[in-house]
Amino acid sequence: MSACTRDEWMTVAAARLLKNRDVCFVGIGLPSAACNLARFTHAPQIVLIYESGTIGTRPDVMPLSIGDGELAQTAACVVPLPEIFSYYLQAGRVDIGFLGAAQIDRHGNLNSTVIGPYEMPSTRLPGAGGAPEIAQHARQVFVMLRASRRSFVERLAFRSSAGYLDGHGARARSGAAGGGPRAVITDFGMLAPHPESEELQLVALFEGATVEEARAAIGWPLQLADRIDTIAPPSAHELDTLRALHARTREAHARPVRIPLPNG
Amino acid sequence: MSLADAIERFVSDGASVALEGFTHLIPFAAGHELIRQRRRELHLIRMTPDLIYDQLIGMGCARKLTFSWGGNPGVGSLHRLRDAVENQWPRALELDEHSHAGMAAAFCAGAARLPFGVLRGYLDTDLPAHNPNIRRVACPFTGEVLAAVPALNPDVTILHAQRADRAGNVAIEGILGATREAALAATTLIVTVEEIVDTLPPAMNGIVLPHWVVTAVAHCPGGAYPSYAQGHYARDNAFYKQWDEIARDRPRFLAWMQRHVLATGDHRAFLASLQQEAA
Repeated sequence: MSACTRDEWMTVAAARLLKNRDVCFVGIGLPSAACNLARFTHAPQIVLIYESGTIGTRPDVMPLSIGDGELAQTAACVVPLPEIFSYYLQAGRVDIGFLGAAQIDRHGNLNSTVIGPYEMPSTRLPGAGGAPEIAQHARQVFVMLRASRRSFVERLAFRSSAGYLDGHGARARSGAAGGGPRAVITDFGMLAPHPESEELQLVALFEGATVEEARAAIGWPLQLADRIDTIAPPSAHELDTLRALHARTREAHARPVRIPLPNG
Repeated sequence: MSLADAIERFVSDGASVALEGFTHLIPFAAGHELIRQRRRELHLIRMTPDLIYDQLIGMGCARKLTFSWGGNPGVGSLHRLRDAVENQWPRALELDEHSHAGMAAAFCAGAARLPFGVLRGYLDTDLPAHNPNIRRVACPFTGEVLAAVPALNPDVTILHAQRADRAGNVAIEGILGATREAALAATTLIVTVEEIVDTLPPAMNGIVLPHWVVTAVAHCPGGAYPSYAQGHYARDNAFYKQWDEIARDRPRFLAWMQRHVLATGDHRAFLASLQQEAA
């Protein structure tokens, strides 16, 4: 097998967490790639929901935006956006929410709003979008985030979405319906909450990645689970499928769009 | 009615204006006309500000922004929005920041003319601490504490749609976002359309905005470009990527706006200027 990038490894590892009958609320970027890879490999009946209102969508190429036409054309149905959030997500009809963020802390709380003070930020990020309620209601949340000490931090600048708050059952006491971030997939492997403290700890490494590498990339003293699993490298089939998806996507996005200048 | 006439007549300085359409059917032509007519002090409302609000904000048209996700989808930052928040350029911008679910609830309440929207949301996030428009309310039946947001009732909502008939009924297909709710929440509703037809086909479960809620229809083919109109033209993803470069730099942004928006008389001329540049 040819060498693969860490993004590819993360995508494959995330895809393997998904099951055939899961209902997934999908974000753009790595999560979209992971969900569609799962659909093209072991989970052909997975239901993908994008917040733009497309339910059961089966795109052949990945969308650049959350509302590309491809998503509507290949969807089982397209509903108004308020229904996605109220009748599906809030009503408890979503199994898995996939989130990214700019920052995560040791209890899986996420920041996608600002770096620095809210009123005078040094960096204004896009904001929370669908994430606060996805984090609140999805039965499980998976987070995909490239590792660095700037992203895995001791203290968030802003809490855009709740994970386990301060841990030790704080989330359950707050009344959040969903189960919170069950897995964080990153460059070296996977973190998951400790059963009691709910602090994210190292539970699995990609084959060839090391504990030292993981610790160097995390901004808090990273704890290790009793057992650290090894995540098998992407199979030829997984990698071929993912690369073909990316190639189709690149080709589709590079295709020039006719400027709709009316005649006459 | 022409789009220029509709903007002239129905959008005044200081108005609250929602140009809705979630990625799909974003009314770019109308946004450009607001810039050409140099509207000022607008309260802009949109779930995803997108490139059109990046342009309005960068051109100094906005005093306040109500939004829930302010990025260039799949690309990165909206640099003009960032510059306004981080450096107050070209002027300070007041933020009324929500989540998608919260803003959707606010539009639904607005459409129903209720005072506030209610949801299970914003739980244990820092947003309510920075936005007094996100509060808590107790259910009068169970006592459950829920999030509440004030209804959004824009002075003017502007949409782009595929077609309208001569009576002013408007039909929308494809991804809707919160267009229907934003339309029904507004005092005044302006819709630009790809085509005007004698009669719309029957649409038993389709989304139709009936003529008496529509204030004005303007025929404006290509009016959503570089966003898209399902069945007419695709989203120009390459342009969205290119915008990252154009908007990153203040002089380059201003030169682009001058050449393609201020120096063009209408949307047709805007499209022609882009085509000319591409050739």
